Amino acid sequence: MSNLVFDGAKGHDHGHDHEHDHGHHDAGEMKIYGFWIYLMTDCILFASIFAIYAVLVNNVAGGPAGHDIFELPYVLGETACLLLSSITYGFAMLAMHKGNKSGVLGWLFVTFLFGLGFIGMEINEFHLLISEGYGPNRSGFLSAFFTLVGTHGLHVTSGLIWMAIMMYQVSKHGLTGTNQTRLSMLSLFWHFLDVVWICVFTVVYLMGTI
Amino acid sequence: MANSHHSHDAASHEPASHGSFKSYMVGFVLSIILTAIPFGLVMFPTISKVATLWVVLIFAVVQVIVHLVYFLHLDRSAAQRNNVIAFAFAGLVIVLLVGLSTWIMFSIHTAMMAK
Repeated sequence: MSNLVFDGAKGHDHGHDHEHDHGHHDAGEMKIYGFWIYLMTDCILFASIFAIYAVLVNNVAGGPAGHDIFELPYVLGETACLLLSSITYGFAMLAMHKGNKSGVLGWLFVTFLFGLGFIGMEINEFHLLISEGYGPNRSGFLSAFFTLVGTHGLHVTSGLIWMAIMMYQVSKHGLTGTNQTRLSMLSLFWHFLDVVWICVFTVVYLMGTI
Repeated sequence: MANSHHSHDAASHEPASHGSFKSYMVGFVLSIILTAIPFGLVMFPTISKVATLWVVLIFAVVQVIVHLVYFLHLDRSAAQRNNVIAFAFAGLVIVLLVGLSTWIMFSIHTAMMAK
């Protein structure tokens, strides 16, 4: 709304392109700020699940505890996937600021592959645990484990869908102002998920193994 | 926003919150180090369990800060002020939420003599 009013009011007496860019730019900044507020609420969602995990972690009900089922080298592989995907998304953003469309598409694709690798590894881990009888219904600890790690995995999956859509959008419409705003928000989302993963591997996998 | 930098690609003239190749690489190398050391200490125990726990926790906090600064571009610039305030408020809520919940639950646990 404010964008329309702004453009309408200013567009008449100044250079049109100039003011249009300005108005659009400010609206984009506002959207990114709004998205940041959403991420903060998402932080609180994850914090709640971390609190639940902390409360339930010792309730193993005679089943396995963390150190019985966690494979740290495997988790290190997952972490490497996410960490690499973070830096490659950073390169996509640098390409975007240079106006390099093919660079953006290439780095987004690499990021997508690393993200897909992470999700594939996580699904495989869940599948192995469940097939050994250690599903979320086994104990309070495993319920909390699947909820926490699964919620993060669902976020990464949403990020991958968003990224696929952005690759299509950029290849079809190019690096328009709207697409740049969207890519900036996806950047925040993707790096935010990496921050959550740091907390997951520390609290769940490392502290569970010590 | 100052009116001075509005050529076609206004984005590339932004003063803050974009990062450069160098800042991304610094963040990346730091996070590799901050990931490798805690994993190494847990996989190949060399120091006491309590010391390992503290190292793991402190490294996680440092790594979160590294990611916030180098990847999410939080800093003290005017452009980022609102983001930092929102983040600080979320941080306060998280500390209260997690801290008080676990305090209550573990107190109940002890009071019920479950262990």
